[in-house]
Amino acid sequence: MNAEVDVMRHRDAVEFADGVFWIGALDPHLRSFDIILRSANGTSYNAYLVRGSTGAAIIDTVKERFSEEFFARLESEVDYRDIKAIVLNHLEPDHTGALPELMQRAPQAKLYISQRATSMLKALLKPSAGDFAYTTVNTGARVSLGDRTLRFLHTPFLHWPDTQCTYLEEAGVLFSGDVFGCHFCDKRLFNDCVGDFRFSFDYYYAHIMRPFKSHVMDALQMIEPLQLRQIAPAHGPILRERPRRYVTRYRELSTSNLADRLGNEERSLVIFYMSAYGNTARMAEEIAQGAGGVAGVRVSLYDLEGGEIDSFVDLIEEADALLFGSPTINGDAVKPVWDLLSSLAVVDLKGKLGGAFGSYGWSGEAVRMIEDRMRGLKLQIPQAGLRIKLIPTQDELEACRSYGRDVAAALSGDTDANRIIDFADLN
Amino acid sequence: MAKAKITFEDIAQTVNVPAGTRVIEVSEKIGAGIIYGCREGDCGTCMMHVQEGWNNLTVPSVLEEKVLKENMAGRHDRLACQAQILGDCSVKPA
Repeated sequence: MNAEVDVMRHRDAVEFADGVFWIGALDPHLRSFDIILRSANGTSYNAYLVRGSTGAAIIDTVKERFSEEFFARLESEVDYRDIKAIVLNHLEPDHTGALPELMQRAPQAKLYISQRATSMLKALLKPSAGDFAYTTVNTGARVSLGDRTLRFLHTPFLHWPDTQCTYLEEAGVLFSGDVFGCHFCDKRLFNDCVGDFRFSFDYYYAHIMRPFKSHVMDALQMIEPLQLRQIAPAHGPILRERPRRYVTRYRELSTSNLADRLGNEERSLVIFYMSAYGNTARMAEEIAQGAGGVAGVRVSLYDLEGGEIDSFVDLIEEADALLFGSPTINGDAVKPVWDLLSSLAVVDLKGKLGGAFGSYGWSGEAVRMIEDRMRGLKLQIPQAGLRIKLIPTQDELEACRSYGRDVAAALSGDTDANRIIDFADLN
Repeated sequence: MAKAKITFEDIAQTVNVPAGTRVIEVSEKIGAGIIYGCREGDCGTCMMHVQEGWNNLTVPSVLEEKVLKENMAGRHDRLACQAQILGDCSVKPA
């Protein structure tokens, strides 16, 4: 079964476990996916067919434009009348594009989705009027195909609220949806035959799964105990050779490195700044000094001018608190600050503290604008930001150290326990 | 105006709010862990569990009840984008 295949040369289903077939489509020309992702060699939309003694199941479909290829592969192996179940692991249009047509061709087939997929399903099927039935399933629910059993694992936020995985118990195949997937297009289909896709695998994780690391960990708790003979994701190569190493890789990618270094007691405060005449830089140094004096807080200080966005995003992901220093130029914070603050969609910022500071010449709007952006990103701002007109005086430098101490104290929990915040102060 | 206290247990933070404030308004500002989707009571993403003070939130609407049911909500689960705070309560992500 490990012979090399070339799915560009035919439109048949490809069997990769007993009675389990790939019926997807290749999209070698795709270069940009969902706006946020790039692909250097396209992608695949993987759909699967499982044959059982009492009927067949289709797991996921393809992007609408590739429906013809999907149906051709499906028809090469199964009659529509024999389709008993349609399982949707994830409802994004690249996996449900052929669904309305499939439901028409196999009207008897029952549709299985996760509980959280309901509203999305209704929104997706809006154009094709008429009633449709579906069954919602949760972790542990099973669908029997006679001698084959599909079991569901609810894995929310990998990477949408609706996402689930489907496990074919008898064959040990995990249909994992977008989990363990990547945008990598190769007609040889299987991980032991295709080109080197390690970069694509990690890149996909970094852009799709990374903001949901805690959910990845929850899902891995369910996936790791499974007997895994093969993993069949919704994009990229089918992982039939040593599938478990991809599970291990997900655990590595989702585990904090900094926690190993600092331990569980110490918290990380990262200060980023830009400075035109050295005044904001001076503030940053004094704030760092003040914060560094608080036990249990490790401070890092970075000039935005001297680094790259990607590595700063990595730092932010692991930090417990972020401070941004910017001068005000023509009524705004400077561009490198906004560039970094608009690059954080790939990391989870929940629960982090934030703050802003800066020197200014005329009006000093930057600090408030940065704070507003941080609130928009759901950071908590424990202290109102610090603005200093032009060159800081000795008193003002002491105010910087004091600000640093206060932020660090809020971070280390060394403040009034159970302090009650007033709603009006949150605005 | 009457005030009420809501505690977000996941971040151990209590906020004093005017009665009638929706949970979403507070939780987003303070950075609590409840996640939002549609923000209009349809998707069920913002389901939260009410630990204490269940009766101190507004009664769920027919629409909210329906969405809670569709999402297999537990006994004291509510949608944070719909529930308004009337008295002291504590919540956490469901």
